[in-house]
Amino acid sequence: MHARRPWLPAAERRAFSERIPSRYRGAALQGLALGVTAAVLWWLARNTAASLDRHGASLGFGFLSQPANFEIGDTSWLRFSPENSVARAIAVGLLNTARVSALGCVLAIALGFVMGILRLSRNPALSGLVRAGVEVIRNTPLLLLLLFLSASLHALPAAAHALEPMPGFYLSNRGLVLPTIAFSALTLWLGALALALLVARRWLGRAGWTMVTAAAIATALSMLIDRPVLQAGHLTGFNITGGTTFSPEFAALLAALVLHQSAHISEVVRGAILAVPRGQRDAARALGLSRFQALRLVTIPIALRAMVPLLATNCVSLVKNSSLAVAIGFPDLVSILNTTGNQTGHNIETMLIMTVVYLSLSLAVAASLNRYNAVLLKPGAQVL
Amino acid sequence: MTAPIGVKRASLRVRVRRSFATPLNGAITVAVAAIAAAIAVPLVRWAIIDATWSGSAADCRAAAAGACWAFIGRKLPFILFGLYPASEHWRPELATALLLGLVVFTAIPRAWTRWLPLAWLGGVAIALGLMHGVGGLEVVPTQSWGGLPITIMLTAIGLVLGFPLGVMLALARRSRFPIPRALATATVEVVRGVPLIAVLYVAVLVFPLALPSGIEVDKLVLAQAAVVLFAASYLAEAVRAGLQMVPRGRMEAALALGLGRWQAMRLVVLPEALRIVIPSFISIAVGFFQDTSLIVIIGLFDLLNTARLAAQDPAWLGFYTEAFVFVGLIYFCGSALISRYGLWLEWRMAAARRTVHEAR
Repeated sequence: MHARRPWLPAAERRAFSERIPSRYRGAALQGLALGVTAAVLWWLARNTAASLDRHGASLGFGFLSQPANFEIGDTSWLRFSPENSVARAIAVGLLNTARVSALGCVLAIALGFVMGILRLSRNPALSGLVRAGVEVIRNTPLLLLLLFLSASLHALPAAAHALEPMPGFYLSNRGLVLPTIAFSALTLWLGALALALLVARRWLGRAGWTMVTAAAIATALSMLIDRPVLQAGHLTGFNITGGTTFSPEFAALLAALVLHQSAHISEVVRGAILAVPRGQRDAARALGLSRFQALRLVTIPIALRAMVPLLATNCVSLVKNSSLAVAIGFPDLVSILNTTGNQTGHNIETMLIMTVVYLSLSLAVAASLNRYNAVLLKPGAQVL
Repeated sequence: MTAPIGVKRASLRVRVRRSFATPLNGAITVAVAAIAAAIAVPLVRWAIIDATWSGSAADCRAAAAGACWAFIGRKLPFILFGLYPASEHWRPELATALLLGLVVFTAIPRAWTRWLPLAWLGGVAIALGLMHGVGGLEVVPTQSWGGLPITIMLTAIGLVLGFPLGVMLALARRSRFPIPRALATATVEVVRGVPLIAVLYVAVLVFPLALPSGIEVDKLVLAQAAVVLFAASYLAEAVRAGLQMVPRGRMEAALALGLGRWQAMRLVVLPEALRIVIPSFISIAVGFFQDTSLIVIIGLFDLLNTARLAAQDPAWLGFYTEAFVFVGLIYFCGSALISRYGLWLEWRMAAARRTVHEAR
């Protein structure tokens, strides 16, 4: 055996290294690692400084206050025109990333839950159909789905001949128009208050639910005083006015992200539910709960504990995947930083901003997950 | 995903009976069948019955209703090999076959010897030599490379080089020494914390600035390096999870038997850890096969990009669906094969473990 494996303990080979006490060996090894890393970094930095000199460029974030000189097609809450500063352009990009990611996460989790539970259906036809859909999406690249959806949306008829799948919903090559309900400012404020109280009810103690109910009733009353108005889009000339418009790029990106991530989330949901011990469900059924009640009141709450970290990481990957926007021309953070970098030559700085933004998001989520796990491990922990 | 290991799939008869177990179930089954038919019937009509299989764009437009596979037929060389000179197409064909052969060879557990890295080294060198042109072959610059060889090369080399690098990062991250630990943690967390696009941009736009003047690195090489680094970081996390799952007693027993720390790690702990994380390796491999398509964004021509460009040819405008469906099928088959292989490997290892237990 030893003859066939010459790397097994060989006394003579160990003798040399054994002569140096292990304490110093460790220190020497670490010193070497540090030294090599520092040398490489120094070399790279020196070369970078030299190349910047050659191009007559310099590092610094002064370019952020210069005018951007480019148009942004898709702006949401911040207005933007080319004479606005670069910093404002980046803020618009960040908002666009946030908008598509927030909406995408909520929709992907909702759809993923539905698909994950349907896949566990005892009806083979139903679970088979969902499984086929999930497999198709999981086995093709997200970018392919995105490019296909984007091309399909751009190939839709012009606004004058927009498709109207449901009254008030318009699909055209200008994008998707949805009807909106306009609430009065008072209703919005009261609704926000009710929501805030709902979140904070545990800290409010016994009065919590009373206050939540009062705020909810006040919200409802405010709607009677100042009625919400339904604003549907309608065709005027060659364009559709009114309602909320999603650009084709935004709609394609959102749809692709939601479809892709919900397929992954459905696997998470399915796995977590399957991991709940059978006895829990059987006990719930024995207590007289229906199958649906047992799922809603027993299985899902238990499965949720295992699911939360994976749902969070899935949301982080959705945010990171939203950077594919650059492939279809949706002005997200990456796309705008790339444009700025190309125009001003400040690629190092823009990449630094990109890294900091995405990294702080990932690390923040990781930190809160660690806290969540710590809370979960405490006996008698109340989760969610 | 198929049924978990050890669970037998229900027979067709059982499944049909289950589909109509209760009136509600029967209704659901009928509704599902209706939905499936509503999707499948137009799809089959479009893809097969009404499709145009040969001819020109005009023939396709005249037929209108169905798919235009004539377009794929005409554009197949471009979709598969990009701008590579048509007369030299045997070279990317051979290189692709060689790389695929290496992948298949690597999939056989009996091939996992210390000769495997050498086989890869030789195979990749020959494939790259063929593509680039050595020994009297006409030189084809990497700007003209494209299509399937690029996708397979980026994935295979990314994973093959990323694997040892990932193992090293994982070991460094679990090291007793703070400095290697900090370096490895920083690398892995930064690379995993940003999108692949950001890593590709840094590799292509920023990294060249950090090289001495006069040295220019090919864009494809930079993209490949970025993919290797990205793969290494993801594999490192998988390996680290595996290392954490190996019971402490294994290491202690190995040390008690007189092995050194490194030997115990290499001969006892690491093999067991790697076996544990095979499922994660497989899903990482599938992910990378698909994610290499992102190099579209830095202007390289992988399979997805050549298909997209083929659909933008003015003579064949409007047939993007066919192009995307065609490459989608290639990606689907590749990903499904890798997943299937992963399941087979898990089944095989579970079977081996059962035999060992029974022998005891």
